[in-house]
Amino acid sequence: MIEARGIKKRFGAQHVLNGVDLRIDDGEAVAIIGRSGGGKSILLKHLIGLLSPDEGEVLIRGLPIAHLSERQLLDVRKEFGLLFQSAALFDSMTVHENVAFPLRRDRQLTSAEIGMRVDEALAMVDLPGTGAKRPAELSGGMRKRAGLARAIVYRPKVLLYDEPTTGLDPIVSDSIDQLIKRLCEQLRTTTVVVTHDMRSVRAIAQRVLMLHEGKIYANAATSDLFASTDPVVSAFVKGVSTPKDLLL
Amino acid sequence: MISAIASRFTHAMEGLGSVALLAQEAMSSIVRKHWEPGLLLYHTYFIGLKSLSVVLITGAFTGMVLAAQTYFQFHKVGMDTATLAIVSISMCSELGPVLSGLMVAGRVGASMAAELGTMKVTEQIDALRALATHPVDYLVAPRLVAATIVMPMLTVCSICVGILAAYVVGVGLLGIDPAYAWHNMIHYTSVEDVVMGLIKSVIFGALVALVGCYKGLNCQQGAEGVGRATTEAVVFSSITILISNFFLTLVLTRLFTKS
Repeated sequence: MIEARGIKKRFGAQHVLNGVDLRIDDGEAVAIIGRSGGGKSILLKHLIGLLSPDEGEVLIRGLPIAHLSERQLLDVRKEFGLLFQSAALFDSMTVHENVAFPLRRDRQLTSAEIGMRVDEALAMVDLPGTGAKRPAELSGGMRKRAGLARAIVYRPKVLLYDEPTTGLDPIVSDSIDQLIKRLCEQLRTTTVVVTHDMRSVRAIAQRVLMLHEGKIYANAATSDLFASTDPVVSAFVKGVSTPKDLLL
Repeated sequence: MISAIASRFTHAMEGLGSVALLAQEAMSSIVRKHWEPGLLLYHTYFIGLKSLSVVLITGAFTGMVLAAQTYFQFHKVGMDTATLAIVSISMCSELGPVLSGLMVAGRVGASMAAELGTMKVTEQIDALRALATHPVDYLVAPRLVAATIVMPMLTVCSICVGILAAYVVGVGLLGIDPAYAWHNMIHYTSVEDVVMGLIKSVIFGALVALVGCYKGLNCQQGAEGVGRATTEAVVFSSITILISNFFLTLVLTRLFTKS
């Protein structure tokens, strides 16, 4: 279970998170939605301890992590897999080396076992036979898949996705959505997806949290959110701008 | 005006403190065996072998010009045969380690800052952390160990080539008596001069790696941030080498004189 209590974070004069409270239970598939630049990715990085809040606390299975040292956080992060918006593959390594990286660092498996696990992970994300390629040789969708293979290869309990379909065409976006849903069911992981792609939300999430003005504005089942008549939620779901938005 | 100076001073002290904390974390990683020794060979190759040519050229021409200048002055008072001794002592205790350090700072320090800076702005360092890997274990400690191993080797090469080049210029070009020049060089160059140079080179190697890694890990966003980090890595490591060289000379000379 992941819990955030009153998280506040600011960068300079800009208050990005202004008292975020949330709770995500084991096995849930949750989407965090909100406007671009609204702090969704920042919130996600707080959940895995990549950022620490100015105020408030993040609890992973009851363990407060906000003030743990970087080295103490390493053990906590072993339970998490994170797919970055840019995939963040190590560009000096091949796809195979990227996916094998967490297993090699763990030093518990033989090279043959690591090879099998890497091939298995690449097959799960529909990327068999690409192990020898460099990240620069992959398309955007393939990079996301490779990043996802790296995130699942060590079988984490929680998978976090930072805008998994941003920058991809609708067909590739849909294939990524289906892949996330399939992995969630196959691996029985807790899934947290940060996105502003409402198609992804509908395809993946059981529950949606909407971040607005630094706080969780809406917390509802996916079908309820799409049916909401709240003007802020409705405008976001339908993608309707106001004259004020043109200035942003 | 005063507040601006105070602010810059505070900022500089903060930077110094952060480098010290990075050094402490890297040392802890090495001692507790958290680091990745598999990368040592690659970094040793990159820092050492790839820097060898530039260090040799620097050492050779420094030795040559030092020999020529010393000869021109010493010739006036009939001390031609002391030329190689001056070159040898200078190269061993000062010029060898300092110039090698500056050359490595320019080549390797800049490269470390650019590589780590690019990793930072493309979220690869966050990816390392998300994969339960401490960036210091994987990125800093192997570079620090490699730099401290390789710098003394590069310095020895620089010193040898510098003295050899000085010998060629002095004996072959300026007509110094080779037997007396060689004898004087051996007589006046002490083991302490060589040891002092080697100790300095180890410290300069560590400084270049730490400053380069620190600047890369703390670089600002975007291409401009990476560019600035690279420039600052070269400038700060060069200045640090020159300043620390002065204090090291004072301390080590006092130490060796007492013993």
